[in-house]
Amino acid sequence: MIEYNRFILDNGLTVLVHEDAATPMAVVNILYDVGARDEHPEKTGFAHLFEHLMFGGSIHIPDYDEPLQRAGGDNNAYTTNDLTNYYCQLPAQNIETAFWLESDRMLSLAFSEKSLAVQRKVVCEEFKEHYINKPYGDTWKIMRELAYTIHPYRWMTIGKELSHVENAAINDVKAFFFKHYTPINAILVVAGNVKTEDIKRLAEKWFGPIPMGEKYLRCLPQEPVQNEVRRLVKEASVPLDAFIKTWHIAARLDTNYYTADLLSEILGGGASSRLYQSLVKEQKLFSSLDCHHFGSTDAGLLAIEGKLVKGVLIDDAEKAIAVELQKIQEETVTVSELQKVKNKTESIIAFEDMSIMSRASSLAMYELLGDVSLMNTELEKYQAVSSDDIRKYSKEIFRESNSNTLHYLAKK
Amino acid sequence: MLNRKIPPTITDSVSFNLHLRQCEQYNLDNSIPVYSMNAGTQDVLLIEWVFEAGNWFEQKNMVAATTNFMLKNGTAHKTAFQINDHFEFYGAYLNRTCYNETATITLHCLSKHIAELLPIVTEIITHSIFPDEELVIYKQNQKQRLEVNLKKCDFIANRLIDEYIYGFHHPYGKYTSTLDYDNLNREDLQAYFHKFYTEGRCTIFTAGKLPLDLATQLNKSFGTLPLQQRVLPNIQYNHVPAEQKKYQLINDAEGVQSAIRIARPFPNRHHPDYQKMQLLNNVFGGFFGSRLMSNIREDKGYTYGIHSYIQNHIGNSALLISTEAGRSVCEATIAEVYKEMRILCEEPIDEEELSLVRNYMIGSVLGELDGPFQLIARWKNYMLNKLDENYFYSSVEVIKKTGAEELQELAKKYLNPDDFYELIVI
Repeated sequence: MIEYNRFILDNGLTVLVHEDAATPMAVVNILYDVGARDEHPEKTGFAHLFEHLMFGGSIHIPDYDEPLQRAGGDNNAYTTNDLTNYYCQLPAQNIETAFWLESDRMLSLAFSEKSLAVQRKVVCEEFKEHYINKPYGDTWKIMRELAYTIHPYRWMTIGKELSHVENAAINDVKAFFFKHYTPINAILVVAGNVKTEDIKRLAEKWFGPIPMGEKYLRCLPQEPVQNEVRRLVKEASVPLDAFIKTWHIAARLDTNYYTADLLSEILGGGASSRLYQSLVKEQKLFSSLDCHHFGSTDAGLLAIEGKLVKGVLIDDAEKAIAVELQKIQEETVTVSELQKVKNKTESIIAFEDMSIMSRASSLAMYELLGDVSLMNTELEKYQAVSSDDIRKYSKEIFRESNSNTLHYLAKK
Repeated sequence: MLNRKIPPTITDSVSFNLHLRQCEQYNLDNSIPVYSMNAGTQDVLLIEWVFEAGNWFEQKNMVAATTNFMLKNGTAHKTAFQINDHFEFYGAYLNRTCYNETATITLHCLSKHIAELLPIVTEIITHSIFPDEELVIYKQNQKQRLEVNLKKCDFIANRLIDEYIYGFHHPYGKYTSTLDYDNLNREDLQAYFHKFYTEGRCTIFTAGKLPLDLATQLNKSFGTLPLQQRVLPNIQYNHVPAEQKKYQLINDAEGVQSAIRIARPFPNRHHPDYQKMQLLNNVFGGFFGSRLMSNIREDKGYTYGIHSYIQNHIGNSALLISTEAGRSVCEATIAEVYKEMRILCEEPIDEEELSLVRNYMIGSVLGELDGPFQLIARWKNYMLNKLDENYFYSSVEVIKKTGAEELQELAKKYLNPDDFYELIVI
């Protein structure tokens, strides 16, 4: 049970406080309700580039990192398709430094041309390092474009192509900032050795004067139900053939989301999972195999991906996966198999809740989803999933016409 | 009116009185030492069995790592599937890792399930059988994985730079080929297992919200095993560093980035310069605000990240600078690294920068003293390196007190560009 207090400032900033006197540290976590899905299709990668620019100086403070480090703190941030999250950890005595820094960059950035020029290059190197200069690095670029026709999950957080990042201009930066980086579109979580009344005072002092901004009303084109089989073959200079297939699944707040999550665990979560045991160990068709999903806010994808044992024909490998998927649609999973993935979920949640940093980011994420109390009740939703739910939902999603298949082949 | 240009007052981290929480220690009946950190609020725990079974002791490449990996692949009574299914049923994670000197088995689980899990760990340590069929699958999959990794410039660079510093026949410098996997056989693994696990030398580390009877449970499962009796061979390896200092290699003609590694030998934690070097290294390239990051990433945008660090070795170590930079700015990046070395040799670090780094480092240490798993990791590190808590307190003193002049002398000693190996892999 994670305890928290919640209040909202007059300018709409939601604040959550989690007190933990056992640690000498404090975490300040600010989540902005904007991710890669909110980008213009011709200016992708922007939310993530923007995350970098948030460290390039704010209106009254030339450098974010230096004063924080001087206060004994450290920080980082990440961008997903759904959100952008900033967090710093520092000795609890110095927590006001984090309020000072975070509130100033919510008030306004300095919009330095130099910072933009440098961070464009840094992000391009990040793009190259992770998605171009690695074998199979473009797998998810291709798969997203195949699986999504209109939803902005079509592109990766890093962006569709280097040129979008290279062409980002300072006016785009300003417009993006004033649209999304406002109190009404943000969630502040403070966790650690703090008292709620002190945090209230500090929040009023530093964040209170910032103009509310306009609530960003998201109006994204939702992906229509897929009713066609989509397949693609790509050849590249990679050593092994790879197989990747996805199916559309329910959105994060749908009851079926929990079923899909457990289903992916039964199929591919660990060395005793069905796909691993059957296809890697018994049939020896794959040298590695994984089943996962993205946990995305809007309707997401469940994926099976693996590398083939040399000499195995990709059509044979695909057929063997189909056989396993057929089984799970027809035969009810056993009580102990279902219990296993529920136990695992309980354990994952307990380990995640160990550090104040991860408690803080989870609180922010659940608040963003619309109900912070989910943090403490979600396990019940997993417990409620039945074997029958798994079978029925498998039947619903594992339709061939709901699938996208990529054969990523080694060039002969 | 709030003046946002005035920073809030801070307490200098260097004024904190850092205290390292004591670790409990007891022995099982067969004298296996157990280190125990009972702390934390979540009902979870960690148990780690550390065996002196790293690749230091193997006579054939990959025998230590394969033995360690295959501990989960079958015992006299259970198949690989049954072992995995058992741990996963209880939501537990059983991992194993092979290092140079040691090889470990690590269990993470909810405290309430511990009694169901320990007996299977015992079985793994005493009755693993390394089935041929499992070995065949392992070899095949590892060879395929290696083939993919060999396409990556960073993977190649990490292997080669270690070879230049330590020599290919040193455990720190050797690496794997397809042929090494082909040469593995079951008999080698069984012999290694028997000598270094079943009858080997083991230390146990536990942390988390520990059940009251954990010591009894550990003793029941591990206290009667034939461990700790054997005296392990005292093997010494010679360092055979490469003579040539600079290397360039094109692994992928189409590559858009180059992996850069610049490195020199450096002594281990027992050397009087080691802790001071950690401070100097932080200024140089040890964190986000370091000179290398500020110059090469934040000012020039040549790379997504550049870091310098001392390798985590028990024996003699190395100081390493590591980055992936755009192909067209590769030479410029290297020139800037050497420039930053020269500046540290020629100019004392000014007090403002030094105090920032001191505060940052102390703040980090404070953060690392938080939570049972982090604490036991620190204690484990001290135990394996034959250090004690005095090392902790002296390292804090070094961070707080080492002066700019002393650091400049240290830079002259260890940051002379001529002493470094330099490798570019595209």
